[in-house]
Amino acid sequence: MSKTITIDGLAVPFQEGQTIMDAALVSGVYIPHLCHNPEFKPHGSCKLCTVNVNGRNVASCTMPAVEGQQVLSDIAELNADRLALTQMLFVEGNHLCPACEKTGNCQLQAVAYYLGMMSPHYNHFYPQREADASHPDVMLDRNRCIYCELCVRASREVDGKNVFGLSGRGIKTLLVVNSASGLLGDTDLAVTDKAAHVCPTGAILIKRHGYAVPIGQRVFDHITIKEVQTGGSDE
Amino acid sequence: MTFELETAANPEGLKRVVIEPVSRVEGHGKVTLLLDDDNRVHQARFHIVEFRGFEKFIQGRPYWEVPVIVQRLCGICPVSHNLGAAKAMDMIVGAQLTPSAEKLRRLMHLGQVLQSHALHFYYLASPDLLFGFDSDVAKRNIVGVAAAYPDVARQGVALRKYGQEVIRLTSGKRIHGTGAIPGGVNKNLSMEERDSLLKDIDQMIAWSRDAVELIKKIYCDRPDFYNGFGYFKSCFMSLVRDDGALDLYHGGLRARDEHGQAIFDHLDYSHYWDYVHEEVKSWSYMKFPFIRSRGREEGWYRVGPLARINNCDFIPTPLAETERKVFKAFGGGSATQATLAYHWARMIEMLHCAEGIQELLHDNDLLGSDLVNRGERALRGVGVIEAPRGTLIHHYRINEDELIVRANLIVSTTHNNHAMNEAVRQVALQYLDGQQLTEGLLNHIEVAIRAFDPCLSCATHAVGKMPLEVELVDAGGNVIDRLNKNSDGRCDA
Ligand code: SF4
Ligand code: FES
Repeated sequence: MSKTITIDGLAVPFQEGQTIMDAALVSGVYIPHLCHNPEFKPHGSCKLCTVNVNGRNVASCTMPAVEGQQVLSDIAELNADRLALTQMLFVEGNHLCPACEKTGNCQLQAVAYYLGMMSPHYNHFYPQREADASHPDVMLDRNRCIYCELCVRASREVDGKNVFGLSGRGIKTLLVVNSASGLLGDTDLAVTDKAAHVCPTGAILIKRHGYAVPIGQRVFDHITIKEVQTGGSDE
Repeated sequence: MTFELETAANPEGLKRVVIEPVSRVEGHGKVTLLLDDDNRVHQARFHIVEFRGFEKFIQGRPYWEVPVIVQRLCGICPVSHNLGAAKAMDMIVGAQLTPSAEKLRRLMHLGQVLQSHALHFYYLASPDLLFGFDSDVAKRNIVGVAAAYPDVARQGVALRKYGQEVIRLTSGKRIHGTGAIPGGVNKNLSMEERDSLLKDIDQMIAWSRDAVELIKKIYCDRPDFYNGFGYFKSCFMSLVRDDGALDLYHGGLRARDEHGQAIFDHLDYSHYWDYVHEEVKSWSYMKFPFIRSRGREEGWYRVGPLARINNCDFIPTPLAETERKVFKAFGGGSATQATLAYHWARMIEMLHCAEGIQELLHDNDLLGSDLVNRGERALRGVGVIEAPRGTLIHHYRINEDELIVRANLIVSTTHNNHAMNEAVRQVALQYLDGQQLTEGLLNHIEVAIRAFDPCLSCATHAVGKMPLEVELVDAGGNVIDRLNKNSDGRCDA
């Protein structure tokens, strides 16, 4: 007999060692998330995946599933928090969807659509952030970084390199690259590295590929992020 | 020429009339007139009141983003910017386009010009042309046209929609799609898409013919009036195909003087700056381009439908070519210089677009899958296209990292800047000089500007149309009279 938790009243089986997020994804239950990617160890930084477990708010991507947990996720209060968090991400960086080649393929944009975000709500910070195009095949546009550290994790855990890292704290956080010059072109990043392909937004891009996929064939053109990430339908 | 009206000798002591913003044009511009106590015109200027530098905005951006971003310049002709920039980027990626890519781009462009010309003629110009320049202002709009000439209005709507559908199927969206990319396009037509366009094209050609007939009749019913309104002579510039044919997508630059003599011909546009310079004047944000060899005073020119129809040796589609000959005969065999002949030329072009679309739709290369090509990378790219309003120049320089370091855009409306000012001065002299100003008279000025179909959002980035406000200011700066035109066209004092 497998163990179960309930998410929004639905019985969800899990295996020992799985988090609530793991269990949810396997069962096709969507909990909005950005810094989590099932291929990597959880990070727990964006807090979008926050759920209520037996009356307490916790990040579902890091919280181990425990027999009998009563989890609330798709409720107005949590969705309002998720929306606010997403809006903050938009104003903290420079996310100009109409001028971004990742549009239609971007998880931040897709989550915003899913949560019904109609405007950024908060005042834009318009931070000054550098783009780095020094690498022959990969471009880094810090304007769109949401500090999920997926590239950091991918480079370390999969590529066996240490190309990316975060420096600074709070609003001063910055994605840095590991080379004496501080330029991507002087690292050992290869275009085939996992780190070059894992960014959920348009911060790390393969050069010269922008807009090659026509409108209508992009990841989120016809289906929501919920369907993409759970393989289910958006009911 | 009316250069003397560009700057009044003694502006002190003159009263100022401001038409702001000029309505039924795209964007935000204004006209100022300086009049003396007898309402004689001493100075007339059409200028741009707002400017946001797009060239700065894209500095530091990767080149492959530009063809898409640059479309944000304009909601009316984004495809022209998409294609102009993509052509420049073709040079940067060293691409020779595949037949499929070039034809798909051409199709997109013809759809674009068709819808833009339809929008201009039916929505913006026909109220003046059908009702008269000083007709009841409450009816002088598209709603009035729909009431009095329901068929005409319906055809206008349908033609525009068809053009937009061509754009949607080639670029993914009706506006701000992504069709053209460096070295080609990202999408072909499916069989179903092609067939859906084929279904209505005969009707579009028929209605475009009707439009030519309509403007021809309006024009020929009062030839002296139409020829004389805001009349002046100028040089003309446009792209022409190698064999001299009208070509809206690609060609060499041809400029002719006011007598029809060649100034340059079949010029490789990738060195346009050797031939065209831009002058800055303190009173307008819009620059004043001129042909270098003729100098600032004599080198200004017109672009757009009138320039293209005058400049080309023939139109490569039969119905439009027949109409070009009629147009040319009307002008006595040489270039037609009349300001209002823009409308006629524009409708001949719309017919050419409809015919061109039909021809392309029968070409199976549109269904091909060989869509992108790349060659040796260059650091500089120039793309020139004949946008609905005229020659459009996109020029970019990138660095080794493939980021834009410099950009220069000369949009159609900027090429026409001097000419539009000339038209304003002519009309001011012809109709306003010494008269008590009325809305109808002031509209004459707008009619002259509107003939060029200026896109001030392209020229400036200003978006949206606002009501018109005219103020009469006396020498002391006091407002002595005020006329308001609301966005619905109604006037109140
Ligand atoms: S660059 Fe992308 S993957 Fe890396 S931290 Fe920023 S958003 Fe995450
Ligand atoms: S997905 Fe759990 S904190 Fe980001």
